[in-house]
Amino acid sequence: MTRAGGVRILVAAGLVLSLEICCRSGIINMATMIPPSEMLGAIVDLARSGRLLKESLPTFRNVTIAFVLAVGLGVIGGTVLHSLPRVRRVLDPLLASYYAVPFFALYPLFVVIFGLNDWPLIMIGIVFAGVAVVVSTLNGIDRVPPVLLKVARIYRMSRTAQVGLVILPAIALPLFTGIKLALAYSFIGILAGEFILASAGIGHAIAFAYDAFDNRTMYGLIAFTLILVTLMNMGLQACERLLLKGRSR
Amino acid sequence: MTQSTAALGTSGRLRDFALLVACILAGWQALYVIVGDIAITSPASTIGYAIELLPSSEFRPHLAASLTAFGDALLISYAGGVVLGLTLGFHRFSGEVAEPMLGALYSLPKIALYPIILQIFGLGLSAKVAFGALHGVIPVALFSMNAVRGINPTHLRTARVLRLSSIETVRTIVAPAIVPEIVTGLRVGFSLTLLGVLIGEMFASQHGMGFLLINAINLHDVKMITTLIFVLFLFATVTSAILLAIDRRLHVRV
Repeated sequence: MTRAGGVRILVAAGLVLSLEICCRSGIINMATMIPPSEMLGAIVDLARSGRLLKESLPTFRNVTIAFVLAVGLGVIGGTVLHSLPRVRRVLDPLLASYYAVPFFALYPLFVVIFGLNDWPLIMIGIVFAGVAVVVSTLNGIDRVPPVLLKVARIYRMSRTAQVGLVILPAIALPLFTGIKLALAYSFIGILAGEFILASAGIGHAIAFAYDAFDNRTMYGLIAFTLILVTLMNMGLQACERLLLKGRSR
Repeated sequence: MTQSTAALGTSGRLRDFALLVACILAGWQALYVIVGDIAITSPASTIGYAIELLPSSEFRPHLAASLTAFGDALLISYAGGVVLGLTLGFHRFSGEVAEPMLGALYSLPKIALYPIILQIFGLGLSAKVAFGALHGVIPVALFSMNAVRGINPTHLRTARVLRLSSIETVRTIVAPAIVPEIVTGLRVGFSLTLLGVLIGEMFASQHGMGFLLINAINLHDVKMITTLIFVLFLFATVTSAILLAIDRRLHVRV
């Protein structure tokens, strides 16, 4: 482990510890926040009672569907858009200002179009995450060295072979940035949707516990979500490092 | 890509933009024809209602409330983000320690933290502002930090060779090198702060555009929902286009 990595763990541990001390000593009112150790206890209790699984399963399912579809559609969309420079030029301002738009405002519209089921939530995830993948695909293809494409032409590769054998491997790294964002964004989109207007999922459970003044459950669920997303992120970062290593060899 | 846009000239770009707007309006109208009044109102009637609504006395206080909260949150995001980012950028080791942590915070679904913000700040203006700032401060910090790290070391060595004073170094080398990147960060921070403030208003406020939106959602007031989404999209797109233009101009100059 690097020195920075060690210090990082120390800093994180110090923050958690000082939060624990602040809560235990009453500097932070227990009604405002429960100490981190209690949050862990709450997670364990929730897991034992089976509630954790029940609440998080719909969220996981929807995030997975949204993430997979966003990446798939995003790569396809980006590749198609790259081959249509005229369309791309017209869409460019839209792509550039896309993330300035409060996407979740579309939720009621999606509910009417897709019905009262999980699809409006999934669509929010896709709409939010997909464009990040489109943009990173476009950026990636822009940076494919022309010589690789020339080689592909010399070998008389078909269009699909070119995409599969040359372009996709060449854009793996920039695309990965988009994939990382897509995971974070599908989580954010779906959780926000659950908060606002869903009847199941972690977001709904947190909002429900908040309304019921059930602090312990609420903090347990929040801590669970944060830990989970952080772990997923660290996993993706590790994958990215592996990818980088493979590239430099 | 940028070259082709530049070669296209202003009239070409304007034509492209008009084409984009026309496509969006056509898509909107088509959606309206398919799903009907129950989900969305037509572009014409929405724009008509927006023109009627915007100057009305029941709407203006909400607009003012949102703009106040957004302004405060933006100020905090910008000041906090730039200071934090510059500090972490110049102190290399702290930057190395903090970068993955900031990255992790950036991709957290911050909406999950909303109840905590409410517990700490209570209902009202300060909670909205805090939530907006929470969204905006991290990207600004990340971009500012990377701006400092990206300064070409040769330029700094040149400054030493020329025996520039520290003020001159900042004015002639550091500032021109980092300002464009920081402006990119401010642009991203702008959008996210707006998003944060609106989400904040949706959950814990009796004023503002976010409150109007959630209220309209609960009442299933389709006309109001569509009009609010339209106004928000318009505001977000226009401001982000202006910021993007500034951003690109700064990057071209360097």
